[in-house]
Amino acid sequence: MSEERVAALRNRWFTTSIGITAAITLVGFVVGFLWLPLSHPSDRFRGAWDAICSAAGLLNKPSSSEQIVTANYPTTRVEVIPHMLDSADAVSIGRGATLALRCTMCHGARGLSQANSPNLAGQYPIVIYKQLMDFKTGARGSAVMAPLVADLTASDMRDLAAYYAYLPRITDSGTGRSMPRIVASGAPLRGIAPCGACHGEVGAKAGAAWLEGQPVAYLHTQLEAFASNARHNDIDEQMRNVARAMTPQEIDAASRYYAEHP
Amino acid sequence: MWNSKRLILAHFWFAFAGFGIALLLGEWQMFIRSPLAAWISDPDLYYRSVTAHGTTMAYVLPTLVAMGFGYFVTEQALKRPMIGLHWAWLGWGLAVLGTISAIVPVALGRASVLYTFYPPMVGNAFYYIGIVLVVLGSWIWVALMAVNLYRWKRDNPGAPVPFPMFATVAGAYLWGWTAVGAALELLFQIMPVALGWRDTIDAGLARVFFSWTLHAIVYFWLMPTYIAYYTIVPRAIGGRLFSDTMGRIAFALFLVAAMPIGIHHAFEDPQVGAGFKYLHSVFTGVVAIPTLLTVFTICASVEIAGRLRGGRGVLGWLKALPWLNPAMLGTALSFVMLGFGGAGGLINMSYQLDATIHNTQWVTGHFHLIFAGAIVIMYFVIAYDIWPHLTGRALGCFGLMRAQLWLWGIGMIVLTFPWHWVGILGMPRRMAFYDYTNPALASLAMPVIMSVIGGAILVVSGALLFLVLLRGQFAPRSEPEAYRFSVAVRPPHRVPAALNGMGLWVGLMIALTIVNYGFPIAHAIATPGTAVPAVMVGERP
Repeated sequence: MSEERVAALRNRWFTTSIGITAAITLVGFVVGFLWLPLSHPSDRFRGAWDAICSAAGLLNKPSSSEQIVTANYPTTRVEVIPHMLDSADAVSIGRGATLALRCTMCHGARGLSQANSPNLAGQYPIVIYKQLMDFKTGARGSAVMAPLVADLTASDMRDLAAYYAYLPRITDSGTGRSMPRIVASGAPLRGIAPCGACHGEVGAKAGAAWLEGQPVAYLHTQLEAFASNARHNDIDEQMRNVARAMTPQEIDAASRYYAEHP
Repeated sequence: MWNSKRLILAHFWFAFAGFGIALLLGEWQMFIRSPLAAWISDPDLYYRSVTAHGTTMAYVLPTLVAMGFGYFVTEQALKRPMIGLHWAWLGWGLAVLGTISAIVPVALGRASVLYTFYPPMVGNAFYYIGIVLVVLGSWIWVALMAVNLYRWKRDNPGAPVPFPMFATVAGAYLWGWTAVGAALELLFQIMPVALGWRDTIDAGLARVFFSWTLHAIVYFWLMPTYIAYYTIVPRAIGGRLFSDTMGRIAFALFLVAAMPIGIHHAFEDPQVGAGFKYLHSVFTGVVAIPTLLTVFTICASVEIAGRLRGGRGVLGWLKALPWLNPAMLGTALSFVMLGFGGAGGLINMSYQLDATIHNTQWVTGHFHLIFAGAIVIMYFVIAYDIWPHLTGRALGCFGLMRAQLWLWGIGMIVLTFPWHWVGILGMPRRMAFYDYTNPALASLAMPVIMSVIGGAILVVSGALLFLVLLRGQFAPRSEPEAYRFSVAVRPPHRVPAALNGMGLWVGLMIALTIVNYGFPIAHAIATPGTAVPAVMVGERP
């Protein structure tokens, strides 16, 4: 007993199932790509073809009446990707050490500051490179740093980043202070992620600085600068959005925690 | 004839062992996020647990149960030894190896990406390699199901393929094809980054690939449950299957319509056009048809059992049903959860209504009610039904089985109904920490506590499951009578060729996938500038 052929026009199961499937698809297309878009008129498209393109997800060019919003200040040009600058050779570190002689006045002979400037020893290379580049392009403003980085090339900055990343970090003083809530859990109702999720203790994300052991005055000043938009080299405004929503007590608690918890 | 008892037991035991651990993790997550516990102040531990819970429950448990039950059906329905036993053991080995490879980095906090991956987050490569190994193991099962059916048909030309085998192969083909989406995402998007070959990822494209898998995987989870509805329940309660043909049509429709609907999981994603979202909504509606056919057929089959047992009148047959029979009880509880879960699903599949509950605890409640509730309770029924035939020892403790099933049904409702409620109130999901002292969240505290209680009931139920199965493993030997599947009221002597094979339905499944996914995928690939830097998860300085 041989079976009938399924893929044949005289097989009604074949024709009916394909017919019903095609009909549902066709009706779905007409409703989803023509009827619904055209019944919600928009100046982004005119006519049936425009409606189909829009429903398919094709990007329309913005009309001339729409303004593309751009920042009225220089924005960072550094695209941070994971593992960038991860591998540095001894030559690069050595060159960085020589170049770093000009930084010692504020950042210390071994990258540990006595002057409320940030400690650079053991900082992620990505962070040092990005900040140097931002100082140079003006994305981050500083009357002190701007003239010092003016003559640095991208290669110099990579060497400096490699050198400071190579230096040993400040060691744990063992204070054992418990994490304040803003560091451990953030404030979800105000859209604040935990500080520790990016800056250490809970997790680390590419581009976010190692904060532990930084001077409290520096951390405080930077959070306030983000909140007031005086510092704006966080391209997606992630730090500005966080800092704006933080209370003064939270800024104080986070700064003190990181400063006292190396 | 029997040569796969140990193989099937190995599948079920590994699935249930993972289930037991993941169940405890789930309840721990509920507890530490609730107002009953002081916050642990370490969200990373929470996300490790969520990832382990989801990975085990979504990939390991259902895949291993579907594989084990599939091997059981192959031998029992085709009434001959299964072909490819060594390959089947290889598939099991890959699944075990994959599970271990995936769970170790999760436990170490190197892959807290949740089981749905969420690019541009990228975790340790061994997590993804583990998932790929589990999928590869399951693809061996898909191939074995196909080979066994093919050889049986070759030896029995023109004879109707036994319905349990038809349904099992439909499930296997559905999984074989739907897993391709996640495989593409893993191989071409995530793993190159995890292995350090690339630093950027097209998160939009990756999400579209995952949606290819994300909804049909639910129907793959559902398949053993539906096969049990049709082929175990009517026999177990002393009735007959109302219609063999209706069953075949339902499974054929699942194959066609479960696949091209996944973009309803990406309603809020900007990279997919509204037209395709609508089209996927339409087919999500279509996939309700085989479920409704199933509900009708099974209710009719149960009514037959009630009337055969002397039930009379419009509702009298309900009273005559064997309510003390675990298969009857499990099916009834499963249908209740399927009904509520399905009703909630109608809201999820509607473009506008979805916006009100998107990414809230409603969604968590929904998929627990459908999967952990309606589907998994039938995994227990399947285990209870086939265990004596695998171990050669009777499962005598029907009271314990009933208690286990009742607690699972009640626990799941107590767990998920408050979740739906707090979801409507706007409680987001995937959050580690809620500050219930904040007046804006205070109203969530009580429903969340109720959910914790529901979870605790489920833990008790899980413990009873192990008690029943372990007691069965050590009971005195007794050779059970030959295994039987349900017999239809009119057993098929000849079925149309279209319902005796998968060709037509697989063809429609692939064609609809191309129509519904082809353009969104091609568009995402062709659009420049969509790659974003990956966010590496779990790396420590």
